[in-house]
Amino acid sequence: MKRIGVFVCHCGSNIANTVHCEKVAQVAKDFPGVVLSTDYKYMCSEPGQVMIQEAIREHNLDGYVVAACSPRMHEPTFRKCAARAGMNPYMVEQVNIREQCSWVHADKEKGTEKSIDLLRMGVAKVVKNEPLYSTTIPVTKRSLVIGGGIAGIQAALDIANAGYPVTLLDREHTIGGRMAQVDKTFPTLDCSACILTPKMVEAAQHPNIELMTYAEVEAVDGFVGNFDVTIRKKARYVDFDKCTGCGACTEKCPKKVPSEFEMELGVRKAIYTPFPQAVPNKPIIDANHCRYLLDGKCGICKKVCPTGAVDYEQKDELIMERFGAIVVATGFEQFDISAYEEYGAGKIPDVITGLHLERLMNASGPTAGKIKRPSDGKVPEKIVFVKCVGSRDEAKGRPYCSKACCMYVAKHATLLKEKMPNSKSYIFYMDVRTPGKNYEEFYARTQNEYDAQYIRGRVSKIFQVGDKLIVRGEDSLLGRPVEIEADLVVLAAGMDPRSDAKDLARTLGISYDQHGWFTEAHPKLQPVETHTAGIYLAGACQGPKDIPDSVAQASAAAVKAAGLLSKPELTSEAMTALCDEAICSGCGLCQSICPYKSIEIKSVNERYHGQMRQRRVSNVNQGLCQGCGACTVACPSGAMNLKGFTNDQILAEVDALCQR
Amino acid sequence: MGPIQLSMTVASSQDFRDRLKKEYGVDVSLCYQCGKCSAGCPAAFAMEHTVRQMLRMVQSGLVQESLSSYSIWSCAGCETCSTRCPRQVDPAKFMEALRIEAKKAGLVADKNADLFNDLFLNSVKDTGRLHEVGMIARFNILSGQLFKDAEHAPGLFTQGKLSILPHKIKNTEAMAKIFANVQKKRGGKS
Amino acid sequence: MKYGLYPGCSLNGTGIEYGLSTKAVAQKLGIDFVEIPDWNCCGASSAHNRNHLLSVALPARNLALAEQHGIDQIAVPCAACYQRMKAAEVALRDEATRQEVGEVIEMNVEGKSRTRALVEVFANDLDADFLSSVVVRPLSGLKVASYYGCLLVKPAQVAIDSPENPMIMDKLMAALGATPVEWSYKTECCGGSLAITRPEASLGMTANVLKYAKLAGADCIVTPCPLCTSNLDMRQKAAEGLLGMELGLPIYYFTELMGVALGLEMSQLGLTKHFVEATSLLKNSPAAQ
Repeated sequence: MKRIGVFVCHCGSNIANTVHCEKVAQVAKDFPGVVLSTDYKYMCSEPGQVMIQEAIREHNLDGYVVAACSPRMHEPTFRKCAARAGMNPYMVEQVNIREQCSWVHADKEKGTEKSIDLLRMGVAKVVKNEPLYSTTIPVTKRSLVIGGGIAGIQAALDIANAGYPVTLLDREHTIGGRMAQVDKTFPTLDCSACILTPKMVEAAQHPNIELMTYAEVEAVDGFVGNFDVTIRKKARYVDFDKCTGCGACTEKCPKKVPSEFEMELGVRKAIYTPFPQAVPNKPIIDANHCRYLLDGKCGICKKVCPTGAVDYEQKDELIMERFGAIVVATGFEQFDISAYEEYGAGKIPDVITGLHLERLMNASGPTAGKIKRPSDGKVPEKIVFVKCVGSRDEAKGRPYCSKACCMYVAKHATLLKEKMPNSKSYIFYMDVRTPGKNYEEFYARTQNEYDAQYIRGRVSKIFQVGDKLIVRGEDSLLGRPVEIEADLVVLAAGMDPRSDAKDLARTLGISYDQHGWFTEAHPKLQPVETHTAGIYLAGACQGPKDIPDSVAQASAAAVKAAGLLSKPELTSEAMTALCDEAICSGCGLCQSICPYKSIEIKSVNERYHGQMRQRRVSNVNQGLCQGCGACTVACPSGAMNLKGFTNDQILAEVDALCQR
Repeated sequence: MGPIQLSMTVASSQDFRDRLKKEYGVDVSLCYQCGKCSAGCPAAFAMEHTVRQMLRMVQSGLVQESLSSYSIWSCAGCETCSTRCPRQVDPAKFMEALRIEAKKAGLVADKNADLFNDLFLNSVKDTGRLHEVGMIARFNILSGQLFKDAEHAPGLFTQGKLSILPHKIKNTEAMAKIFANVQKKRGGKS
Repeated sequence: MKYGLYPGCSLNGTGIEYGLSTKAVAQKLGIDFVEIPDWNCCGASSAHNRNHLLSVALPARNLALAEQHGIDQIAVPCAACYQRMKAAEVALRDEATRQEVGEVIEMNVEGKSRTRALVEVFANDLDADFLSSVVVRPLSGLKVASYYGCLLVKPAQVAIDSPENPMIMDKLMAALGATPVEWSYKTECCGGSLAITRPEASLGMTANVLKYAKLAGADCIVTPCPLCTSNLDMRQKAAEGLLGMELGLPIYYFTELMGVALGLEMSQLGLTKHFVEATSLLKNSPAAQ
């Protein structure tokens, strides 16, 4: 019989308030194999660990069980503690009597009983533990950044500056993302393009950065340190090696299309660059609108191109590349306001969104920076802002706060007053949220110096009478319904996850929340990691964020990626699957279910009734296996076992529970 | 009158809020006081307290005051508030609940509304249908507004819009049973 | 096509032209309406203000009668009746409620019959091409404000169309050759339920609906609701006084306009029974020529 130690942690009062720890330790003394059982206030503390190490030596322990918090918190601590005392770290079992017991129960007697049961199972399991050993795998020292907005650019620059090659991928034709559409930034009011474009250029020219625009991730295989990524490079119909970016094609193209970049307030051509500072600054053909590609007529761009760069025959191209780390920075979409029928949204042309106003204010926008309303080009005097449109609205499926709107509305009101001193902004709000450096001060100035009228209440209805927009709300501080005859209404539309975010999450094997925001590994302590090792999050793809937050998170993600790439090699998982070839029937179910493609079917030669014959069996690549256990469940013959969680160990736990 | 003793009013009114939730499915704690209900309320101009304020009263424990409010009887039951409420509080149902509770507590502020409901339901109970002319005539007499809408009466009659005699269903007993059974199950006067 | 019909109390009284035109149009279109035998009042607009159980039980008896007579779909012209009947149908999906209501009405009720608003039956169940083919006097040039009121589109559980910008009746009017106007008061309440107890409050609401229809350039208003119609029609003069503006907007049931387009006689449709004179607009319009 193995010699087992038991250590019961109080976790201060976290466990001890709901569990009689001394009693649990006392009862455990009688469990089979236990030679020592004790309790202590904080097992994870230095004295706690020293106590365990001394016990290992003194009692010559073969293994031990610690009943404490979740293994997700301290398993590494107790494994290392064992190793320091010369014990194989996999001879340790951690039983969770905190998250799964004391925190969720109120009755101390029952909590104690449950702790004893859990501990009995842990002891039964550890008796059957075997020493395990990890191996090492190489790291591909390159990173992929998906999404070329400000977060992606920042992450790419930081990784590149740390000395590692980066591929910066954007599905759009240019990098820059949402920030490129923004006119000015809060709370400093510096020009968005003026601070963004230097970074775009730096990324484009950085020796460690390869820009891959108009490209999308198609598939991801492999695992941390070695992701094999299939990328679709979409056909541009322009040979960038030949194109000089002279612009002749765009000028002559006869097809006008509402510009996505200008929020359809302006037009672009079918062969176009989205905006003057686009990177790369060469045009592509939009195949959905090009007359030649649609019906074979036109061909003007090809005729006028002086370098013969237009190539109607270009096709999408699939490439496969290997990366050690991936940073996801795919950003957000603006909430589609047409869900607010009561605001006439999507129907009344002068009910616009914050991004529309950004384009109307921008000097290179469709109105050259003059504020003209979309319907008739009239300069508006009374402007109403409605906050929390597509935010904090459960009825519209958006219970969350979009975080940036309070500040961008204050910015808009300030800028409108500066541009048009005779104008007046009326801002309907529910709460004003300004938790950022210099944000509250900015908001205060919007009211005090820029004359914005803040009205506490959510607007109920907006409709058109003549050329006026009637806005009805309640001034909830007055307790009276109020009405404003406005010239222009700006809905502060919130942030939505990308509509195809869930598809990308499935491709990458990362998780997302009920709305489609990518989920971090821990909301406080692992805010940029995902549950999939080697994949990190930056910017608004993880949840609504403003520019400062996005940039900070991007740098954090970059450090994580660079940290991974800096390792000479990675330690592979020791708890991997192992096939018992004697029982395996070679059915291949495990192979098809394995998410890491770590199982192959091989042939073995064996002697059978005196004759040699060949048989098919599964073989697990120990370097690729991540120990998820899917194969062990799928295996019909019980040949597949997960080391550290063998069928034998799990049955021992079940037996222990049934013996109470 | 001093300030509202909130700690007392809130604590002592918890039962009422629990009942609103259990019996009417209205959870006033969901309301974050945005005022979208009141902003879109077509009858708000005729209310002393907006719907949002009525919800706040109940959140703050001013139950008696809310039940005896005239505002709950200005509600036309159009459900615009409930359609637009971002928190799905169902303010229309809330106002309806207050009207029912006000009747139970004997705190109906609008005597006309009370009379109208009495006459309406009596007509249905007795004949199975609503006899519009009979009900309106009785209402005008009993509410002391003898000549209200009288200008319209000749037109209504000559156009055949008002039949003098009530239409009666055959099985009036069924009606009597329904009213009696409801009273048996729910108590109170219907 | 065969439907059950729940006429409701108003169709024999203030909404008599709704009843007349519904029957005439149905006959012309070959739709068979079978009146639910011995139906009772649905309880609108009082029962729900007194007792929730009563407000479900009254319509539930009608639903039970419909079931007994093998009626799958019940067409309901009156918007108030529709809302109460549909709300009861929804409430009866819950087994405990079904049980309790069954005990109250002392009848078995499964909740199998579906309540349909009459406007749905005419606008959705009829093929649009068929409808255009039977129009003999298109309502060309007639600018119509479709007024839906509250009860057909709110609350969400019973709504037949969008609560903010319903289109079902606009499309029907367009199929008849009329021009639906864009306006913003399609579903704002006219105050009908307060007309008797709070006439001043009600009038303010009525006046607003009329005002915005006029401002939108409508010649007339079309509705699917007898409460709204009598309110907008009978009190239009008072509303003019309150607003200080001339309105002169005939208020039609959608069935009346359907009847005219189908070539039926105006008197047969009840068009002579209006407060705001309603026949000359139709005679003068190109439709009549």
